[in-house]
Amino acid sequence: MTVISEIVIALFLLTGAFLSLVAAFGVIRLPDVYTRNHAASKSATLGVMCILLATFLYFLVKDGLFSSRLLLGIAFFFITAPVAGHLISRAAYNSGVKMWDQSVRDDLKDKK
Amino acid sequence: MIETILQISLLLLAIAMIGLIYRLIKGPTVPDRVVALDAMGVNLVSMTAVLSMLLDTSNYLDIILLIGILAFIGTVAFAKFLEKGEVIEYDRDQ
Repeated sequence: MTVISEIVIALFLLTGAFLSLVAAFGVIRLPDVYTRNHAASKSATLGVMCILLATFLYFLVKDGLFSSRLLLGIAFFFITAPVAGHLISRAAYNSGVKMWDQSVRDDLKDKK
Repeated sequence: MIETILQISLLLLAIAMIGLIYRLIKGPTVPDRVVALDAMGVNLVSMTAVLSMLLDTSNYLDIILLIGILAFIGTVAFAKFLEKGEVIEYDRDQ
């Protein structure tokens, strides 16, 4: 492995791990379920995509292995993680979970 | 060099996992816990990828796709259960 490919892989790895850590801190610190879901579904998705891209580059550079499973995994996470976040958030709203008491706007309140 | 980076990122992912476990235990409502479980599935995929690089084998790459699909199906089933009270409903009842 050349030095520059190692640097690129390390950059992707550290970015992905940092974004996963940021997602976990958001899930701990934010006040209600909707903001926590916002943190978890966006940041963790980008983090796992960065790490899978680093894995793909690692095996491509080191072994010459073009792993289409990893590309498929990146595409799958990019499609399904926001959908899962949307479904949980909608289920939470419809089952009556309260928003944060300092929230100012609820567009769905008079739709029912 | 790359081995140190891999160990550091595995450590960061483990700290993130501990934070999500805290929310899973403490979370005041059920959707909080489902959000934490979904993020834990995503984190587990990252940990599997880093571990397959650390062990220098490409045999774990199937597991990544498998965990992703299982986490998505579980999250969708939980969301539907929370919203409608049952996971698989019959058309005849409506």
